[in-house]
Amino acid sequence: MKIAVYIAVMAGVTYLIRMLPFTFFRKKIKSRFVRSLLYYIPYAVLAAMTVPAIFDSTGNLYTAIAGSVTALVLAFFNMPLIVVALAASLAAFITGLFL
Amino acid sequence: MKKKSHFLRGLVHGIPIALGYLSVSFGFGIRAVNGGLSVLQATLISLLNLTSAGQLAGIDIIAANGTLIEMALVQLTINIRYSLMALSLSQKLDASFSAPHRLLVSYGITDEIFGVAASQKEPLKPSYFYGLMLMAVSGWVLGTFLGAAAGELLPAAVTNALGILMYGMFIAIIIPPARKERGILVAVLIAASLSILCAKLLPMISGGFAVIICAVLAAVAAALIFPRPEEEA
Repeated sequence: MKIAVYIAVMAGVTYLIRMLPFTFFRKKIKSRFVRSLLYYIPYAVLAAMTVPAIFDSTGNLYTAIAGSVTALVLAFFNMPLIVVALAASLAAFITGLFL
Repeated sequence: MKKKSHFLRGLVHGIPIALGYLSVSFGFGIRAVNGGLSVLQATLISLLNLTSAGQLAGIDIIAANGTLIEMALVQLTINIRYSLMALSLSQKLDASFSAPHRLLVSYGITDEIFGVAASQKEPLKPSYFYGLMLMAVSGWVLGTFLGAAAGELLPAAVTNALGILMYGMFIAIIIPPARKERGILVAVLIAASLSILCAKLLPMISGGFAVIICAVLAAVAAALIFPRPEEEA
C-alpha cells in the first residue's frame, strides 16, 4: 500500500511537470532571442546527456569508445537513427569480445 | 498527408526509441526487483512515469524508505527539463492540437520523443505523437517487465553493449543538423564541454540538474551568437 503512494506521488509530479507548460502555453513567442533559445535547447540537451555519460554506458571505456566512434562516423554520413544506434551497440559488443 | 500516415510515420520514427528503451528499461527492471519491488510494481512505475533517471532515483527512495516530500522534490529536480522541452514543443504544434490532445501527449514528452519530434520540419500533429508514443511506451514497459521477470538470464556482454544504444541514437539526431548549421554546432560543442567539466569538477550536482544547467547555458550562448532568422508571419 505504501509503495502505491510513492508511485502515485512520483507519477503525479512527473506528469504535472510535462503537462502544465504543454497545455497552458498557447501563445507564439515573439522574442527572437527566446525563439532561438528554444530552437537550440534540444540539441544542447542531447549533447549534455550524451557526453560524458556515453563513456560509462557499456561498463567498459574501450567498448564505449568503439561504439561512440562508430556512431559519430555513421551519423556524419546521415545514416538513419536505427542504423546508427544498432551499429554503435554492435561495435561495443564486438570490441568486448576481444578484451 | 492523411491522418493515418502521420500515425504510421510516428510509429516508424518510434522504432529506434523503442529498441533503446527496451534495453535501458530492461536494466531498470532488474534493479527495481533487486531493490525489493514486485514485477507488477516495477512495470507499473515504467508505465506511469516514462522517465529513466527519475525512475531510478525513485526506486532508490522507495528502497531507502524516504519521505514523500523527498520523492516529489527529487522528481521535480530531475524531470524539470521536460518543462523546457514541453515549452519548446508547444511552439511547433499544428492547429489541430486541442486541449484533450495536449493533456494526452504531455504524458509522452521524454528526451528521446522530444529529440525526434523537435527535429521534424513541419508543424506537429497529434496523430504523429500518438504513433511515436505508442511505440516508445511499448518498448519501455515491455523492457521493464522482461528485465524484472527474467533479467538474470541474458549474458552481461549483451546487456552491456545495449547500454550504448540510446546514446548512439542521440548522436544520430545531433550530428547531421550540426554539420549544416553553425548555431547548432556551437550549442552542441558548448553543451558537451560544459557537461564534461561539470562531471569532473562538480560531481555533487545530480545528473538531471547538470544537464539542465549545461544545456541552458549552451543554448543561451548559441542564441546570442547565432540568432535565428525572423519567421515570416
